[in-house]
Amino acid sequence: MTIVEIGLPRRLIEFTVDGETVRVPEGSTILDACTAAGKNIPTLCYGDTLEPANACRVCMVEVEGTRTLVPSCSRKAEPGMVVRTETDRTRLSRKVVLELLGSATDLSTTPDVAGWMTECDAEPGRFGPPAAPSSDRDERRPGEHEIPDGMTAATVRQPVKVDNELYVRDYGKCIQCYKCVDACGEQWQNTFAITMAGRGFDARISTEFANPLPDSACVYCGNCVEVCPTGALSFKREHDKREDGTWDESRQTATTTVCTFCGVGCNLTLHVQDNEIVKVTSPHESSVTHGNLCIKGRFGWQHVQNR
Amino acid sequence: MDLRFLNAEPTDTEREAVDALGTGSARDQLLPALHAVNDRVGWISQGALNHICRRLNVPPAEAYGVASFYALFSLKERPPRVVHVCTDLACRVNGAEAVCDALTETAGAAGFTWHRSPCLGVCERAPAALAFEAGDPAEERLLAPATPEEIARGTFDREEAPISVPQQGEPGLRLLRRVGVVDPESLDAYRAAGGYAALRNALVLGSAGVIREVTDSGLMGRGGAAFPTGRKWDATARQPERTRYLVCNADESEPGTFKDRVLIEGDPFALVEAMTIAAFAIGAQKGYVYLRGEYPRALRLLRNAIDVARERGFLGENIMGRHGFSFDIEIRRGAGAYICGEETAIFNSIEGFRGEPRTKPPFPVEKGLFGKPTVVNNVETLVNVPLILTEGCEAYRRIGTERSAGPKLFCLSGNVRRPGVYEVPFGATLGELLELAGGVPEGRELRAVLLGGAAGGFVRPDELGLPLTMEDARAAGTTLGSGVVLALDDRADLGGFLLRIAAFFRDESCGQCVPCRIGTVRQEEALHRIVGGRKLSTGGDDLALLREVGQVMRDSSICGLGQTAWNAIESAIDRLGALEERT
Ligand SMILES: Cc1cc2nc3c(=O)[nH]c(=O)nc-3n(C[C@H](O)[C@H](O)[C@H](O)COP(=O)(O)O)c2cc1C
Ligand code: SF4
Ligand code: SF4
Ligand code: SF4
Ligand code: FES
Repeated sequence: MTIVEIGLPRRLIEFTVDGETVRVPEGSTILDACTAAGKNIPTLCYGDTLEPANACRVCMVEVEGTRTLVPSCSRKAEPGMVVRTETDRTRLSRKVVLELLGSATDLSTTPDVAGWMTECDAEPGRFGPPAAPSSDRDERRPGEHEIPDGMTAATVRQPVKVDNELYVRDYGKCIQCYKCVDACGEQWQNTFAITMAGRGFDARISTEFANPLPDSACVYCGNCVEVCPTGALSFKREHDKREDGTWDESRQTATTTVCTFCGVGCNLTLHVQDNEIVKVTSPHESSVTHGNLCIKGRFGWQHVQNR
Repeated sequence: MDLRFLNAEPTDTEREAVDALGTGSARDQLLPALHAVNDRVGWISQGALNHICRRLNVPPAEAYGVASFYALFSLKERPPRVVHVCTDLACRVNGAEAVCDALTETAGAAGFTWHRSPCLGVCERAPAALAFEAGDPAEERLLAPATPEEIARGTFDREEAPISVPQQGEPGLRLLRRVGVVDPESLDAYRAAGGYAALRNALVLGSAGVIREVTDSGLMGRGGAAFPTGRKWDATARQPERTRYLVCNADESEPGTFKDRVLIEGDPFALVEAMTIAAFAIGAQKGYVYLRGEYPRALRLLRNAIDVARERGFLGENIMGRHGFSFDIEIRRGAGAYICGEETAIFNSIEGFRGEPRTKPPFPVEKGLFGKPTVVNNVETLVNVPLILTEGCEAYRRIGTERSAGPKLFCLSGNVRRPGVYEVPFGATLGELLELAGGVPEGRELRAVLLGGAAGGFVRPDELGLPLTMEDARAAGTTLGSGVVLALDDRADLGGFLLRIAAFFRDESCGQCVPCRIGTVRQEEALHRIVGGRKLSTGGDDLALLREVGQVMRDSSICGLGQTAWNAIESAIDRLGALEERT
């Protein structure tokens, strides 16, 4: 006999988005409802397998009666709510938030963001030329900072951290969305190898005392890499290939199969370029793993191609 | 949790410091444990952190994330002696930079480290410094006014400065009537001066009755947001969940604010009594005072008041003989983070997490500290409660104006002759208040007043007729905030002042959300260009840029810090015409 979990019956609630009436199950977020209504609200820190951190503020919408804009990714829809997604305020907010991010962070490997920037006329360059990369971000104490002169724009540019053979941390690309921390910590992996450290503009993802990964609690499950939306975390193989200019997604195929290491039956998606596995991801919709794997599934594929 | 530790052992001293904390082994002991090590050794080593994490079962990376959030902790070895020199608004106007310049020359040789610090909450005696020396026990002393010679000498033996209440002893004072007059260490003196009559009345009225009195009194929160206190209490008392908490917000890190310190130092039993009444009303058995880490004297006096009250049956089980009414208070010391005054950031801080604000909803009355219904109230708000219960809500309501009831404390500092905390009924004008403080020094002219603190706004000398009420302030496009009145005379370097405000918000942003984390940086950079008369090679209108960034910080930041980070600067531009001549 097959038992299908249908869950508790959920009440439908009704509210309006940009003048249209939409009906969604109770508990849905504004983002869910908008997506269902065919609207395309940009998000960066939203993670389909994680609780919303609502930190990036790209998905802001106007809700009648509230003083500030509201993050659609985390705010639950309520009956009778009047939501507007395309107003002067939401447009200005989206534009400036993207500009702020783009001016401080290398978004060159963040999917979709370039398109949104063009759509809303974002010009990250208007804050000035980027300041020189720094090597002390891991050590900055909270509070007092160096006084700027205003002629360059502070950024999070810094040397790439390559301290192990499996994955690379390029925090110059990090938007501090907390997804890697959540995936490593209580939401999935329960390893707690990484955390947000410091404060304000100097906040950064770090191991304790900024120790190299091999000295940390990391078990190399790669779940943080799986959820990172910007490419700040990437597989070493991908990083190396990007460095030498041979990474080419247009030449890659993705094949989903079952992991052969143990009996759990995790799904793996093998990304293959030129007949070589270049990275392994895992489908987020898998009800068993939600995109999570262990070190073997994620990284243990060298033997396949030892020919 | 299966935690992995790096190879680093604590020293015996570090181990002792942590173990001396007692038996608590839950995560909410993290902040006290970090304080214990930092106090004893002066910094927190990897070995010490490991030991804390083993005891409390906290992942070391997370504990590192927490420790690195707070400005008073060091994760690098440093000398036991550290001096935090306030370079914030009032101290800036009163010579803080000269202190820094002198220290730059002498500090290295004298074997201590020093940092620039945001407002230390002793603006009335600016310039200020906080001297700290690790040890057993650690010594901590607010030096104000501070001189570079004294800092270099490291003297901790000077008499503590008197309480700064120029109206001290005047008839008609309510909130301040015992401050500086009644011995703050003596419960008997407090009772002889009318203390604990209000709690007695509360027990007669019952919880619902107390909430009704407070609601009818029209008391509004004094922590900045002016939310009706009775409504907050009522909403909490109605929650089905039985465990409830009371948090007294004594973080007071808004630059220019020092009234809560003066209340705690001068009348600590009043706060203990007020919290007991609040707890009785909302059904809380446990209360926390989240006290800013830079207030050593307030800590000592409040600790004494709580201990004495407990010994004498005013805290603990069956308070004042009321069967089944139990309540106790714990002090939590902050560790140098303005953001921890935000009500939900306090919860995270107390629970042992980074002091990042939580997303609202859910609101604290529903899910607050440890996920339970919680009331957060400012010190001054609470200290109004015993007044209401002794004078009666009708009489209380007659003080002040129709919509702003009661007496109000203001913190006067900057270029005034008699800086300090003043009590007036709501509705007194700004001019009258400045008059009380003696106005600007002889031969000077008033240039501007910063009202409501760094998150508030400037008003002009021709606006001194403004009645100080919540509604008049709002109508005039400004706010009373936490009661800051910082006067600037014609010598003041307004540009430098605005740069300091911008630097403050940048330093104190928690970093969680983009508009605030990066917006405060861009705001500061653009201001530097404008004040310095420079332009980017790309051209661009820096005032327009400031306005756009400011608007988006206000609209899209998670919490009040980012939402108000542009207020003062905007008002300087729009009301004072500052920065005009330079663009
Ligand atoms: C960044 C920030 C800092 C704050 N700091 C304080 C503070 O130090 N003390 C305080 O009472 N309220 C502070 N508040 C306001 C509190 O969040 C809260 O509104 C207040 O404590 C509620 O108490 P009340 O209703 O008695 O005013 C701060 C708010 C923000 C956004
Ligand atoms: S690889 Fe796994 S264990 Fe290591 S930091 Fe990432 S999520 Fe944590
Ligand atoms: S490394 Fe990636 S996942 Fe982690 S916070 Fe940065 S951008 Fe987000
Ligand atoms: S507004 Fe600033 S302080 Fe508040 S949550 Fe965002 S980053 Fe943190
Ligand atoms: S996606 Fe909503 S705040 Fe980032």
